Amino acid sequence: MSGSGHGQTMRITLKVWRQDNPSDKGGFQVVDVPGVSPEMSFLEMLDVVNGRLTESGDRPIVFDHDCREGICGSCGVIINGVAHGPERGTATCQLHMRKFSDGDTIAVEPWRAAAFPVIRDLAVDRSAFDRIVEAGGYISAPTGSAIDANMIPIPKPVADASMDAAQCIGCGACVAACPNSAAQLFTSAKLAHLNLMPQGQPERWARTEAMVETMEQFFGSCTNHGECQDACPKEISVDFIAMMNRDYVKSKRKNRQLLSQSI
Amino acid sequence: MATTTVRSSGVSARGLVKPAFRRPQKRLPYPFGLYQSAVGKKWVMGVTGLMLMGFVLVHMIGNLHMYEGPAKFNEYAEALRTLGGHFIPREWALWGLRAGLLGAVALHIHSAVTLTRINRAARPTRYQASRRYRVANTSSRSMRLTGLVVILYVLFHLADLTWGRIFPDTYIYGDVYNNVVQSLSNVPVAIIYIVANVALAVHLRHGAWSLFQSLGWNNPKFNAARRTFANGFAAIILIGNLSFPIMTLAGVVSQDERTAPCHLLDGEPTDICLGDEAKAQFDPTAVAKEGAKK
Ligand code: HEM
Ligand code: FES
Repeated sequence: MSGSGHGQTMRITLKVWRQDNPSDKGGFQVVDVPGVSPEMSFLEMLDVVNGRLTESGDRPIVFDHDCREGICGSCGVIINGVAHGPERGTATCQLHMRKFSDGDTIAVEPWRAAAFPVIRDLAVDRSAFDRIVEAGGYISAPTGSAIDANMIPIPKPVADASMDAAQCIGCGACVAACPNSAAQLFTSAKLAHLNLMPQGQPERWARTEAMVETMEQFFGSCTNHGECQDACPKEISVDFIAMMNRDYVKSKRKNRQLLSQSI
Repeated sequence: MATTTVRSSGVSARGLVKPAFRRPQKRLPYPFGLYQSAVGKKWVMGVTGLMLMGFVLVHMIGNLHMYEGPAKFNEYAEALRTLGGHFIPREWALWGLRAGLLGAVALHIHSAVTLTRINRAARPTRYQASRRYRVANTSSRSMRLTGLVVILYVLFHLADLTWGRIFPDTYIYGDVYNNVVQSLSNVPVAIIYIVANVALAVHLRHGAWSLFQSLGWNNPKFNAARRTFANGFAAIILIGNLSFPIMTLAGVVSQDERTAPCHLLDGEPTDICLGDEAKAQFDPTAVAKEGAKK
């Protein structure tokens, strides 16, 4: 290994999920990984393992990744039973090997949920999230020149709350961490992000009803354990879930009233 | 947003995912349609849970009359039956409350069962390595178990103190004090009572917090107080309810305060509700004679 110039390296045992295709049964592969630098990120460690697997003619481990700085939401695996690993408020790509000790066995497996089928190894299909966003996670704006951002006054606390919700990177850790595979934290963040804003008001009730009901076609239901908030790399609060529940019940009434206003 | 789609043969570009749960074929009219969604079901679970909490609190406080002795306690029980005064027939108000409770229990359990089924189906393949929970606690993870213990106990409790099926020989309709003492001074029954009430407190420790989330009652001003409320509520119910079997076993609540015999349903006087001292002096013929004199 190059770059291990500064001192100690670690030797870990990787117990990693291998599965050829969505219908394959899959199983754990145990890989001995010597020469791990504590400075590596978790994904860099996987890169090193993949390099060695490739050299020895084995199929490298498939895992999703892109930005490697915690903003794209592609990465994300269960590490030792915890979504995104032991470090709070970070994605897998931001986890460093120094969080582990020499001699550790590290179990890595994909998100598991009916709505997140495994594609191969650690990569899962998260397009159920896209179905939820398609159902209403947008605002309809007439085209033309964009109006000046400061034309619409927004109280600071509202803007802050909306920005907190907008931090969601759609990684799916909330679903993975939830004992019920519920997507409440994701959906509520996508809802709050728009529902709090003046621009989100015209479609607020239609959006809420549609996104919640689409979510329910794919995911489990919330029992308020709070595991999602704990696993979220952006530390999004379960307060948004309460907000969503309130808005959903209200949307049923509001949408009925709106219906009676059309001729 | 991050999504990986497979474009190999047979798999559409829209991914592998098919909805696991079908939307209801027909939407019921408002507000019943609410119950057709999982979020709506959870809302109903919260509302019914809150109703049951109200019942549990009032029931516990009412039972504190036990410490005022048999007369006051039976008077309280009678007051429940004559709730509504002269305006409505005897026991109607009580039956109204019972109907509400029954409905709440039915909906609470129905929503719990249906949502649990959804949740099981939402993760057909479990985690294969061990899973580590970091914030879910014993309370939140055991809601189904503690709920089951509570409902089984409630059935036993009704059979015991409402229907008089557990101790038919000493059960006297209307003499609530007697029935409670006869039942709770029996050690196995007291143990059942204690176990069930611990289960109820564990259920409430999560439930009384969880309902705020389910009903969407959140506000930065009081969010922190919601946990305190749940713990406090569970503790008050636990202490109050456990005091009854403990105080009965300890002899604080006992038949010794009785001076008069009580009457069975068929009007025959009996000594079963008397303390040992009064029992020794009890003469059924004297009582019968006294009755004849009147
Ligand atoms: C006196 C009796 C009971 C009281 C006071 C009570 C109270 C509550 C409350 C306040 C909640 C929270 C609702 C929410 O999250 O919105 C709850 C949840 C729940 N209850 Fe009960 N309950 C009682 C009996 C039962 C029974 C008999 C069962 C089932 C057999 C049951 C099963 C559940 C379940 C499964 C939950 C959901 C837990 C979760 O979502 O994590 N409960 N209960
Ligand atoms: S790779 Fe983009 S968030 Fe981890």
